[in-house]
Amino acid sequence: MTETVIHPEIADRPNAFTQAEIGWTPWLQPIDEADLTERHWAGLVDASRAKSPYFMLLVRDPDILQARTKTDKDIFYNVSEGLPRAERELAATAASRTNGCIFCASVHSRFASHHSKRTDDVQRLLDEGLQADLGSRWNAVVGASAALTATPSQFGADEIGKLRDEGLDDLEIADVIHGAAFFNWANRLMLSLGEPTPAI
Amino acid sequence: MTLQTRDVIDFLAGIDPGSDLDGLRARRPETRLNAQKSYEALFEPEHWGSVTPAERFAVAAFVAGLHKAPEIANFYSSKLRDETHGPELVAVIGAELETGDTTGPYGHYPAGPLSREDRPGLVYEVSGESRKLLDLKLSAALEHSHLLVFRPREASAAALQKLLDAGWTTTGIVTLSQIAAFLAFQIRVVAGLRALAKNSANIGKVA
Repeated sequence: MTETVIHPEIADRPNAFTQAEIGWTPWLQPIDEADLTERHWAGLVDASRAKSPYFMLLVRDPDILQARTKTDKDIFYNVSEGLPRAERELAATAASRTNGCIFCASVHSRFASHHSKRTDDVQRLLDEGLQADLGSRWNAVVGASAALTATPSQFGADEIGKLRDEGLDDLEIADVIHGAAFFNWANRLMLSLGEPTPAI
Repeated sequence: MTLQTRDVIDFLAGIDPGSDLDGLRARRPETRLNAQKSYEALFEPEHWGSVTPAERFAVAAFVAGLHKAPEIANFYSSKLRDETHGPELVAVIGAELETGDTTGPYGHYPAGPLSREDRPGLVYEVSGESRKLLDLKLSAALEHSHLLVFRPREASAAALQKLLDAGWTTTGIVTLSQIAAFLAFQIRVVAGLRALAKNSANIGKVA
């Protein structure tokens, strides 16, 4: 049974970017909780992730999941110095908007709105795309994230200059780089292993 | 002797111990450590599972080549060269990089308001000549990796079915997806840090 693709039957599949709490359903069989070994639990990092079909699918390869999760947490949650949380989430949203990951964009646009209180600006990024005018500082973060997300990367002197003009120092610029780069990882897992489901 | 050991990102981005970028990375020790552990989990794992070293290095070299990141492609190609039939595989991947050359991201969205942003583009298939030299499993892996690199928004259950049909297991597909996706991260961190080094804030001060 395991070596079979799942074709979920979803009414009203999400087909637009949204800040709503939508769901995600896998195209491959996650592991059963009863089959988790100690190595798998370590891979999940947070035991509560055993309730998530996404993490229960990724935990089939637990060591990379563990390292990936810890990379993710530090890039986004370690705000003792560097870029404010809202702008890390903005970088994640811009990368997800560029790649077209409706699910990742929903989660991280919601976080960007929560931390910035600029829900309408975030929504314009989702609705209008990368060209939306969000003010010069956010434009610089979005532009840099989108340039880095292009394949091959288009990120360079222009993007760095615009971020510097907005007062970002090298650590903050490195935070933009890591936030956008990480979502090029996350988007490709979310997009390729399953699909979004409507908000309940 | 130094206690400071360069990790793979330092090596690929040309970051020397004691440099500005080394100092910058040192302020994010957890990110640095776990980016390295991610590399090790995929390319120096304790458990190789059903994905061979040659398959891992081949996919990584192909993905880096598609990103036009020669220093990273060379790094993985040099590891692939040491595997059985490695030199032949490196040559095949070199040829396939020409076939798969394009720029992204592109692809179709689910039908609806985003359809106006649909951007059609190359749907890559391993060329007939290379298919004779690669096995079914690695051919399918290269095609899937190209999908993940350039048009991830077009990923589908059917694409995963092709991998299963070519001999990939469900767990193997998770590993393959992580390799292609992790490379998308590693390549961009290296590109970003290289750009930052070239446009250092200190340049103006020196002049």
